[in-house]
Amino acid sequence: MFIGGAFAALKFSATPVSTWYIYSGSVWGPELSVKGARMTDVVSAPVPGGVAVPLDHGGPPGATGPAEPFQIVPLAGLPIVAAALVGLVVAIAFNALWGIDFFHVVSGALWTGIDLFLGFIIGPIMGRMSIPARVEFSKRLMPKMVLLMPTLVICTLAAGWQLARHEGNLLTSSPNHGWVVASMVVVGVMAIVAIGLLEPANLAVLFELKKPVPNGPLIGKLMKRFIYTAGVTGAMQVATLIIMTRLASR
Amino acid sequence: MSAAQAGAGTDLANRKLPPVAEIAVVSMALVIVGGIYMAAHLPAHPPLGLAEVLLVLAAAVLVANVVLVARLRDFAWASFFLVVKWSLLAYLVIAGMLEYIFVFDGTRGQILVVLTCMLAIFAVNVPMLLAFSVARYQPVP
Repeated sequence: MFIGGAFAALKFSATPVSTWYIYSGSVWGPELSVKGARMTDVVSAPVPGGVAVPLDHGGPPGATGPAEPFQIVPLAGLPIVAAALVGLVVAIAFNALWGIDFFHVVSGALWTGIDLFLGFIIGPIMGRMSIPARVEFSKRLMPKMVLLMPTLVICTLAAGWQLARHEGNLLTSSPNHGWVVASMVVVGVMAIVAIGLLEPANLAVLFELKKPVPNGPLIGKLMKRFIYTAGVTGAMQVATLIIMTRLASR
Repeated sequence: MSAAQAGAGTDLANRKLPPVAEIAVVSMALVIVGGIYMAAHLPAHPPLGLAEVLLVLAAAVLVANVVLVARLRDFAWASFFLVVKWSLLAYLVIAGMLEYIFVFDGTRGQILVVLTCMLAIFAVNVPMLLAFSVARYQPVP
C-alpha cells in the first residue's frame, strides 16, 4: 500500500555510530518517554529535532531555529477522514451508484498514484537528500500517510466491493468474476506487505525520530524494508491498474 | 552522542525478543486468505470447511502470540499500550466498515459469523503487530 515514504534516512545505516553527533542540543524526548504520553501529543524541537548527524555533514541553514511541531497522528486530519467515511457509508446505504463509483475511482486512483509516485519518484529523490533534510521531510510526510493511506484503502475496497455487486461481477457466472478475484488476491498480497512490514517500520521510525537522539543505524535498518518491498508492491499496483482497466473496458 | 547513549540504542536494536511480529503476520495472512476465499464465493453460499480451518489456525496463532507478548519482561509497556489504543481504534473502524458492507449485502448466519471472527482477529492482530514493532525499540523504564 504505502510503498514509498520512503527511502528517507537510508544512508543512516552506512554511517558508523561513532561518527554521529548531536546536531541540536534541545530535547523533546522526556515528554514522550514518560508514562501517559499520547501519540497525538504535539511536542516541539528545533529543526532537526536533536537528530544525530555526521560531523562532516552540514546542517541546513537555520537548523537551530524555531520549534517545529510534530504529531505522529495529525489530529487536524481526523475530521476529514471521518467526513470521507461518513460519505462512503451514506453512498453505500442509499445505493448511490455515482457516489460509490466516485469513491472507488477517486480513492483507488489516489492510492495507486501516491503509492507509485512515492515509491519510485519521491523515494529515490529522498535517498539523495541530506540527512537533516530527509529527517525533516519524513517528519512531515509520514504522519500524513498514517491517516491518508488507510482511508484511501478502505474507501477503495468498500466502494469497489459494492460496485462489483451492483454490476454483477461478484457472481461466479459473471465473465468478470475471475478478474475480481484476481484483484482481491492482489489486494491481499499488498495488505500483508503493507500492514505486516511497512506500517510497523513506518511507525517505529516515527517514534525513533521523536527521541532526543534517534538511533541512525536502527532507522536505516527499518527503512531498508521499503526498498526490499517496493518492487513487490509496485508490481501489485501495476497489476491492479491492468485488472481495473480491463474490468472497466469489458 | 555519548558512548552510553550509542550503546543503549544498539542494545535496543539488537536485543532478542520472541518473533511476535512474524507470528502476527502469519495470523493476519491466514485470515486474509480465508477472507479472499469466502469473498470469492459471495453472494452465493461458500463452502465453509477451508475457511473455518483457516479461522481456527489464525485464532490459535493469535492466542499463542498474545501469550508470548504477555510473558515479556523488561518491555516498554507504556509505548505498547499507547500504540495499541490508537491503532485498535483505527482498525476497529476499518473492520467495522467491512462488517457493515457484508451485513448490508445480506450476508447472514454462519457465513457472517466466520467473516466477523476473521475481521475480529484482523482488528486485534494489526494493533498488536504495530505496538510490538514500536515498543521493542523503546527504552525500558
